[in-house]
Amino acid sequence: MDWVIDMAKPEDFFTVGADIADTKANTELPIEQVWADRQFHAALVNPSNRRKLTVIIVGTGLAGGAAAASLGEAGYNVLNFCYQDSPRRAHSIAAQGGINAAKNYRNDNDSVHRLFYDTVKGGDYRARETNVHRLAEVSANIIDQCVAQGVPFAREYGGLLDNRSFGGVQVQRTFYARGQTGQQLLIGAYQALERQVDAGTVQMFTRHEMLELIVVDGKARGIVTRDMVTGEIEAFTGDAVVLATGGYGNVFFLSTNAMGCNNTAAWRAHRKGAYFGNPCYTQIHPTCIPVHGETQSKLTLMSESLRNDGRIWVPKNPEDATKDPRDIPEEDRDYYLERIYPAFGNLVPRDIASRQAKYRCDEGLGVGPAVTEIDLDGNEKQVRRGVYLDFAEAISRLGKDGVAARYGNLFDMYAQITGEDPYETPMRIYPAVHYTMGGLWVDYDLSSNIPGLYVTGEANFSDHGANRLGASALMQGLADGYFVLPNTINDYLSKGPYPALTPESPEVKEAVDSVKARIEQLLAIDGERTVDSIHKELGTIMWEYCGMERTEAGLITAIGKIRELREEFYKNVKVTGENEDFNQTLERAGRLADFLELGELMCIDALHRRESCGGHFRAESQTEDGEALRDDEHFLYVGAWEYHEGKPILHKEPLIYKAIELKQRSYK
Amino acid sequence: MAVTGLFLIFFLLFHMYGNLKMFLGQEVYDEYAHWLKVDAFVPIFPHGGFIWVFRAIVLAALALHIWSAITLWLRANKATESRYAVTTRLEQTYSSRMMRWGGVILAGFLLWHLYQFTLAPTNESPYAAVSEAFSQWYFVALYALWLIAVCMHVRHGFWSAFTTLGANTSAKAKLVLDGLAWIVAIAIYFGFILMPVAVLLGWIG
Amino acid sequence: MSENTINITLRVWRQPNGHTPGKLVSYPVKDVSTDMSFLEMLDLLNEELTVKGEEPVAFDHDCREGICGMCGVVINGTPHGRGSSPVPTTTCQLHMRMFHDGDVITVEPWRARPFPVIKDLVVNRSAFDKIIQAGGFISVNTGAAPEAHAAPVPKLKADRAFDAATCIGCGACVAACPNHSGMLFTAAKITHLAMLPQGQPERHLRIKKMIGVHDALDFGGCTNIGECAAVCPKAIPLDVISQLNRDLISSLFTRDGK
Repeated sequence: MDWVIDMAKPEDFFTVGADIADTKANTELPIEQVWADRQFHAALVNPSNRRKLTVIIVGTGLAGGAAAASLGEAGYNVLNFCYQDSPRRAHSIAAQGGINAAKNYRNDNDSVHRLFYDTVKGGDYRARETNVHRLAEVSANIIDQCVAQGVPFAREYGGLLDNRSFGGVQVQRTFYARGQTGQQLLIGAYQALERQVDAGTVQMFTRHEMLELIVVDGKARGIVTRDMVTGEIEAFTGDAVVLATGGYGNVFFLSTNAMGCNNTAAWRAHRKGAYFGNPCYTQIHPTCIPVHGETQSKLTLMSESLRNDGRIWVPKNPEDATKDPRDIPEEDRDYYLERIYPAFGNLVPRDIASRQAKYRCDEGLGVGPAVTEIDLDGNEKQVRRGVYLDFAEAISRLGKDGVAARYGNLFDMYAQITGEDPYETPMRIYPAVHYTMGGLWVDYDLSSNIPGLYVTGEANFSDHGANRLGASALMQGLADGYFVLPNTINDYLSKGPYPALTPESPEVKEAVDSVKARIEQLLAIDGERTVDSIHKELGTIMWEYCGMERTEAGLITAIGKIRELREEFYKNVKVTGENEDFNQTLERAGRLADFLELGELMCIDALHRRESCGGHFRAESQTEDGEALRDDEHFLYVGAWEYHEGKPILHKEPLIYKAIELKQRSYK
Repeated sequence: MAVTGLFLIFFLLFHMYGNLKMFLGQEVYDEYAHWLKVDAFVPIFPHGGFIWVFRAIVLAALALHIWSAITLWLRANKATESRYAVTTRLEQTYSSRMMRWGGVILAGFLLWHLYQFTLAPTNESPYAAVSEAFSQWYFVALYALWLIAVCMHVRHGFWSAFTTLGANTSAKAKLVLDGLAWIVAIAIYFGFILMPVAVLLGWIG
Repeated sequence: MSENTINITLRVWRQPNGHTPGKLVSYPVKDVSTDMSFLEMLDLLNEELTVKGEEPVAFDHDCREGICGMCGVVINGTPHGRGSSPVPTTTCQLHMRMFHDGDVITVEPWRARPFPVIKDLVVNRSAFDKIIQAGGFISVNTGAAPEAHAAPVPKLKADRAFDAATCIGCGACVAACPNHSGMLFTAAKITHLAMLPQGQPERHLRIKKMIGVHDALDFGGCTNIGECAAVCPKAIPLDVISQLNRDLISSLFTRDGK
């Protein structure tokens, strides 16, 4: 197989299908009127008919939990699923920094239009204009909603809400709850959800994992789940299915995602015909705690709000790498972000901050323990993967208490994980996979190309283009869940109820049987390698070739390696135990099987997109100063992939910018 | 639990006040005892009436206290599925852990105490009866031990009662309540042990 | 970061399912890096067990950054191994540098009737969701919210609400309580909502409903022992329970309860 891969060209890995377009938004109107117009024209469901309609929602994070609560309140019959033991544990909970909203409480010229503009620009002009504008429009409502639910946002002594600034913008529009904003927002949504469970409008299924989508007459009609306690495989059917299943960062094995985060639900929908949009757009977060060793299971993010007061630097001389950083004099430090980007300094967008850290370490200026790496040519080398994030200046300006009030819990977390005191010595940070902008393709209504299948939150591709700004994920999740989906899904549901299905319906039976067959296949392999060892190998391939910097040769190599690894998986993985039991190995094996397919699609998408944009950096496409260089002439489109075994089909959705002028991004 | 507990602590303090009258001599003490048993609040109560009302209230408080304790105990047992192989305690005090068994021990001693001084006194004069009892060293020693159990129970009980009644709503309030609990417990200990020791050493009686 | 390794012996509770009795089983674990988290050490054990063809130890975990509340085992007699850690911690944030070469470490599941064991170290904590369902929310429908600045909240009250709201619902409080009371969990939610102006309309009704369900789920009663607050990974103070009691007493004298 190797020689085939070596000879391969990008075009060998995919075919190009027909262009697609969003048909729900009326782009003839001024952009401020599009959402109101859509709300008016979307068909409604009479309140008394709503309880006859069943909506299946997979996921209980901000997007799923908020949608389940809101649709329950509206009177629909909602079935809500999560793989955790409680809906309150969805990984939205781990978001630290904050949530953006165009409230302009700071009187610093913020507006819906500016939030819209910042988000499109931050996404490097690869997001759909209409979706992003709507996101900015509803952002202020989110804050109102959350405050009314009792979310304890940070407040000033006057009793009003506090704001802070965040990477990639020059206004203070980020609302926060210490370093636990995601937790507080999720608990708000969770409480609203539990209220509906009590009211009987939402039925909650915890420890249930979706393993298949049921499609009948071309419409999404249900899901097949595995009860993770008993192993029971069961079909649930209804009138519409909503996937709010988060991102796929765990394809890298090491990421800031929770251990259970997976892409199986979305991938199963993809295999049933849903297009996957921009899978190569992954965000590498610049401020994570560096890897400690080979047994590391996940990476921990330190909120990028730290970059408000922390200064990032590396020693100018490689021989200072092992010195106590406090003994390195100012003139021997390179505050490289402040040097290269004087206007934004340490607050440049995440992709830039991450890549610059990688470059410094590649140049041999990194700090922390040296780790062994193998480069593209197969040579072993020792590299220090870490840069300093220094609060000495902030502590002298704000005092230790002032810094503790803003970042106390983050500092404590750092100290607990590393055993070092960040009040005394600078933190060491390094980028890590954090968020995936790509996801299932959706239109303005958040409907995928399969009628009846809706996708919200991180699981869809819609709002962040090629790079997500800080504090925008929470905004998008809640916007989708509270305000967008409940005002668009009615257009589809108004044509229901759809004909009832039984366990004997052929499509239902086929879906259930295929799930059982897959599980039996995994259990029958009985090889020698553990699931995690193969997953780690996949992660290394993805990080090396489809991480912060991508090249044609590297991506082709990666595709070959992933295909080999997939073969190895189906020949040699060892899954202990049986299906009819609480079996965590089996759960992980099923997820990895899908990651092994997704990883290849990510590489193919990255390979075909021969431009740099946002989080996708192709070494072949950069400016003279090494900045990402977009190619709007050839790549101003969403890459939506249709599943086709061995050779996916690319459908292009051209991006049309009317309200915003395309510019090369500059943060200098 | 909290209300009856606090009432019983109040009763203990009142009882302690009465005991300390021993230091004022036989006449005063016996007169006080007589007043309590016969003359108190006449004519609102008939002769000897108040003491029975008072006893009834104390016994009712005690009964309610025990009933609450048993209810809590049963609930805790019901909530316990199995026991840990290893248990390490971080915060709980010995007295908080011993509230239940301590309570049982207290109740046992109480019956004997009531029998000795109330149901079957050894002398017509309460002063003489008390003097007789506490002139034996082993009896004072036993009484001192019992008081330790009482005061441990009161120490946790006092702070716990106020916590249950909603007074412990800040770190400062916890500090104050903890302090008060210790003061009350220590005051009860010394207030009660002073008189028997004095009797034993021959200062009074 | 240190690069030390230690060898330890684990005594792990193995229980195939809820209706089969369990027992402690000893496993030696060698070359444990002290930079590993406790759960990474369990991963290491599970990798070894899998290679040997034995069933790995089931344990709950997810975010591994101390916020989701999914993980939680009793380590040497304290939930989350709080007894081995100088600071409040979840199991995932407990690191092996807190242990020494040659240590014997006992690992058990939460033990309380409202949290039945599912397998090995995994328990069912859905009772907590039921307590929240009873009233741990503010009844506001999506879209019905007034402007966020309509009701200012004094900073001290907002901070106290926040301190209580940091509860992650892990269940360590119940596991540590000799009475297996769920009072710290319930009181944290009561206090969070009681401190905010938005929480006032349902304040008394909420407490009656939540306490009713708490008691009906066979949690024990609180006797103010304080072990719950001592093991709480988010350091939720015991005083929230007193706040609950205060509100409960006043709710007995108001008419808005059911």
